[in-house]
Amino acid sequence: MSTSLKTPEQDPDLNTPLGGVSLTAGQLPRSAAPTTLVAAGVAGLLLWLLADWAIVLCALLAAAAYVVIVYTWSRTVEGPRKATDRFVTALVSGAFLLALLPLISVIATVVTRGVARFDAEFFTYSMIGVTGEGGGIYHAMIGTLIITGLATLISVPVGMLTAIYLVEYGRGKLAKAITFFVDVMTGIPSIVAGLFAYALFVMVFGPGVRMGLAGAVALSVLMIPTVVRSTEEMLKLVPNELREASYALAVPKWRTILKVVLPTALAGIATGVTLAIARVIGETAPLLVTAGLTDGDNFDPFDGRMTTLSVFSYYEYQSPGLFAEASFDRAWGAALVLMIIVMVLNLVARAISKLFAPKSR
Amino acid sequence: MKRSTLGRAFVLPTTAALAFGLVACGSANEEGSSGGPTINGAGASSQEAAQSAWRTGFLDNNEGTINYDPVGSSGGREQFTNGGVDFAGSDAYLDDGEVAAAQERCGEGGFVEVPAYVSPVALITNVEGVDSIKLKPATIAKIFNQKITTWNDPEIAATNEGVDLPDTRIVPVNRGDGSGTTENFVEYLKAAAPEQWPHEVGDEWPVSGGEAAQGTSGVVQAVKNGDGTIGYADASRAGDLTTVEVGVGDEFVQYSPEAASAVLDVSERVEGRGDHSFAFDLARDTTESGTYPIVLVSYVLACSNYDNADKATMVKDYLNYIVSAEGQDAAAEQAGSAPISDDLRSNVEPAIEAISSSNSGS
Amino acid sequence: MASSTEAPPRRNRTPRRPGDRIFAGVSTGSGVLILVALAGVAVFLVTEAWPALTAPAEDIPGGEGLVVYIWPLLFGTLISAVLALVIAVPLAVAIALFITYYAPRSIAKALGYIIDLLAAVPSIIFGLWGMNVLAPVTVDPASWLSEHVGWIPFFAGPASSTGRTMLVAIIVLAVMVLPIITAVVREAFTQTPQLHQEAALAIGATRWEMIRMAALPFGRSSIIGASMLGLGRALGETMAVAMVLSASAGVTFDLISSENPPTIAANIALQFPEATGVGMNTLIASGLVLFAITLAVNMIARAVINRRKDFDGAN
Repeated sequence: MSTSLKTPEQDPDLNTPLGGVSLTAGQLPRSAAPTTLVAAGVAGLLLWLLADWAIVLCALLAAAAYVVIVYTWSRTVEGPRKATDRFVTALVSGAFLLALLPLISVIATVVTRGVARFDAEFFTYSMIGVTGEGGGIYHAMIGTLIITGLATLISVPVGMLTAIYLVEYGRGKLAKAITFFVDVMTGIPSIVAGLFAYALFVMVFGPGVRMGLAGAVALSVLMIPTVVRSTEEMLKLVPNELREASYALAVPKWRTILKVVLPTALAGIATGVTLAIARVIGETAPLLVTAGLTDGDNFDPFDGRMTTLSVFSYYEYQSPGLFAEASFDRAWGAALVLMIIVMVLNLVARAISKLFAPKSR
Repeated sequence: MKRSTLGRAFVLPTTAALAFGLVACGSANEEGSSGGPTINGAGASSQEAAQSAWRTGFLDNNEGTINYDPVGSSGGREQFTNGGVDFAGSDAYLDDGEVAAAQERCGEGGFVEVPAYVSPVALITNVEGVDSIKLKPATIAKIFNQKITTWNDPEIAATNEGVDLPDTRIVPVNRGDGSGTTENFVEYLKAAAPEQWPHEVGDEWPVSGGEAAQGTSGVVQAVKNGDGTIGYADASRAGDLTTVEVGVGDEFVQYSPEAASAVLDVSERVEGRGDHSFAFDLARDTTESGTYPIVLVSYVLACSNYDNADKATMVKDYLNYIVSAEGQDAAAEQAGSAPISDDLRSNVEPAIEAISSSNSGS
Repeated sequence: MASSTEAPPRRNRTPRRPGDRIFAGVSTGSGVLILVALAGVAVFLVTEAWPALTAPAEDIPGGEGLVVYIWPLLFGTLISAVLALVIAVPLAVAIALFITYYAPRSIAKALGYIIDLLAAVPSIIFGLWGMNVLAPVTVDPASWLSEHVGWIPFFAGPASSTGRTMLVAIIVLAVMVLPIITAVVREAFTQTPQLHQEAALAIGATRWEMIRMAALPFGRSSIIGASMLGLGRALGETMAVAMVLSASAGVTFDLISSENPPTIAANIALQFPEATGVGMNTLIASGLVLFAITLAVNMIARAVINRRKDFDGAN
C-alpha cells in the first residue's frame, strides 16, 4: 500500500529521469522502523533490568522513544506527510496493544485464580451440607442455564417480533412510541428491573415469592431492548430487492419475512442475542431479589429458590466465613465457569448463524 | 442449502439433548433428595456464614430444606413482618413499628426474637512495622472522625510505649454500604466516646472523606492493600492483620469470643416487647473487666405460632439447634462467632420451646 | 438503503391472507406487550419514588433534601461515565482502524473476535479484577501524580493508599465500554466505500491521509453514535463500580484520592439491602434520575445515527 511517490520539489532536475535520484531516495530503508523498534525495546529492557524502573514506565519510555526517533528520522528523510503517516501507524498500533493489556490481564487473573477448583467435585456437587472447603457449583450451573434460558425464551420472540413490527409493519404513532420506549427500557437500572419483577410476582403469588421464573422475567426486562435494537438494525440491512423479488413471486408477506428476510439477517441477530445474554447472565442484584439463594438443586423454575453462578460467586466472595480461601476459590471458579459459558454461547451463536445463513452472499 | 439443512437436523437435537441431559440428573452429593418441609429465611448478610453452618449441622440429623437469602437486615425484617419468610436474621432488633407489624403477622403468641449470632468486631490495621497497638475509645473515635491523622500522634503514642510508630497518614476504612456492622460500631463510638463522636447512629457511615469499601470483604481487602489503614470488620475475617487492643476501663482488651459474649451478659434486656423477645441494649460503655464492647449482635426472628404444624416443628427445632451449644460451636468454627453464654441460652430456650402450631392436629 | 425499506409496497395486490393477518397481529402484539411492560415499570418506579419526592427534606437520608442527596450521585455518575468515554473512544477508534486498515487480513478477524470477547465478560469479573489487580497497580503512579502535578485539579490528592479511586473506576468502565464502541465503529469502517479509499490511494495519499479523507468522515457519525451507546452502558454500570470505588464524599474533581462521589447505580446496589421507608424511596427516585439521563443519551444517539442515514449519499 505504501506507494513511493516523489514530491515535485524534491525533483530539481527535470531533464534526467527522476532528477538522477535513485527510486528509493527520500524513503527510509525497509528495515528502519523494525530496527528502531528493536533498539527502543532493548533500551527499555535495559532500563528495567539495570536501572530497576517500573516495567510499565520502561515500556512507555521505549514506545515514546520509538515514536520520536521514527518521526524525526522520517521527517528529515521522507518529509512531513510520510512522517505523519508513520507517526499515526505507531500510535494506532500502540493503542491497540494498550487495549489488549486489560483483556489479557482480566482473562489471566480469572483463569489463574479460577482453575484452583477445577476438579470433578466442583462440577458435580451442590453446596448442600458443605461448609468450609469442598462443595460445588452444580446447582448454580443448573440455575444459570434454566433462568437465562427462560429469559432468552421470553425475550427473543418478543424482541424479534417487535423488531419485525418496527421494520416491516410499523407506521405512525404506535411505531414511534415503541421505538421511544424501547430506548427508555435500555436505561432501567438492573436492580429496578428486579424489584419490578418481584412486585409483579408478589401481586400474583403473595409476599415472599421466590422462583426462577421471576428471575427470568427480571432479566427479560433487561434483555428485550437489546434484542429489539440489534435485530432492528440487522433487519434494516436486508436489501429491499430481496423482499420485492419475493413479493413478485406472489409470496405472502409473512412468508417473505420468515423465509427471506429473517434468514438473511440471522447471523447478525444471533450475535446480538448472544451479546444480550452475555449482558444479563452476569447479573446479581435482580436475581437475588427474585430468585433468591439456595444450597441445593432446583430444577423447577416455577417453584422455590434457584441459585445462579453470578449470585453464587458474589456471595461466596462477600460473606465467606472463616474458611475465606476456600470460598474465594469457589467464587473465582464460578466466575471462570461463567466466562467459559458465555464464550461457548458466543461460539455456538456463530456456528448456528453460519448454518442457517443463506450460502450465497 | 442441503448442507445447512443437514446441519440443522444435527445441531438442534444435539443441543437439546445436551441441555436436557444436564438438567435431568441431580448433583452428586444430593441423590435421593430429602423430603420434609421447607422453611425459608431472609435477612442480614452478616449471618450468612453462620446460617450455612447451622443448616448444614441441622440437616445432618433432620429431614427438610432450609433457605436463607442474605438480602440485608431491613429486607429480612420487612419480609418477615409481611409474611414473606418464616424466619429472619437481623443485625438490629425490631423497632416499635416493626414490633406491631410482627405481632400482627404472627397473631396471638407474638414473635420470638433471640440473639443468636454474636460476633466481635475487630479493628484491623495495616501499618508497616507495627504489629501490636492499643487504643482508648476516645482515640479510636478521633481517628475515625479524622481528627487524628498520623500514626505518630502523641495521643496514640501515649498508650503505646515501646512501639515504633511511623509518621504515616492514617487512612480510616469504613463500609460504603449500609450495614449492621457499621451501626454497631458507631453505636459503640457514640456510647464510649460521646464527646469525640458527635455523629448520629445509623447503618450508614456518617463521616465523609474516609476510604469506603463494599462489604466486609471489601474493607479487609482495602486495609490489606493500603498502608496506614485502619478499619472495622467481623473478627473472623481479620486474618493475619494486626488487630487493635481496645481500652475498656483501665485495661486493654484483645477481642476474643468470651470477651465478646460477656458483653451480652452485662447488658440490659429491652422491656415491654413480649415474653419471647430477647432484645438487648448493649452496654457499650461497660468498664467491666474482660469484656470486649465492640460486638455485633444479630438476632433470629420467628413466630410463636405457625399455621402449618410441620413448619412450626421445623422452625422450633432449627432455632433450638441454633442456640444449642452444638449449634453455637458450629457457627464459631465456620463463621468465627462468639458462642452465647449458658445463662442466656437457658433464658431463651423456653421462648423457642413455645413455638407451636394453632392447628396441631393437621 | 435503509430509507427504501421504510416503504414496503403499498400497492400490494396480493389479498390479505389469514397468515398475513395473524403474523402482523402477533408482531404488533409483542410491540404492544413491550409498551405494557414498560408502562408497568414506569408506574412502579413513580409510585415507589413518589414518597421521596414529596417527603420533607429531613426525612431524606442525609437530612438535607432530595436534591442535596442526589446531586453528588449525579455528578459522580456523569464524571465517571464521561471520562471513561474520553479514554475509551480514541482507543476504540484506534483499535477499529488497526483491525480494518493495519492488521494483516488473516489475523484481523481473530483480533476482532478477541475484542468482542471483552464485551462478554460479566461485570462482576471486572469488579473483582479492578479491585484485586488494577487498583494496587495504580497506587504508586497516583502518588507520583499528586506530588508532581498536584496543581491539576484531577490529581490534587492526597493519593489513596489502596488505589480504590475514581481513576480506577473510570479505567474499568473504559475497558467495559471499549468493545461496544469498537464493534460499531469497526462496522462503519468496513462499510466505507472501497472506491473512495482506492481513489485516495491512487492520487498518492499515504495510508493516514486516506483514512483521514475517506474513512473518518464516513464513520464520524457512527463514532458519535457508538460513543453514546457506550455512555449509556457506563452510566448504568452497577456491580463493577460498587466493588471498585471508594465512595465516601461529595462533589470533587480529584480522581486519585479515596474521597469520591458515588454513582447512582452503584449507590443503589450498596444501600438497597439496608434501606427502609423513605430511604428506599429515595434510592428509587435516584434510579428515576438515571433513567432520565440514559433516555436523553439514547435519544441523542438515535438522532445522530438517523442524521447519518439522511446524509448517507456516499454510495
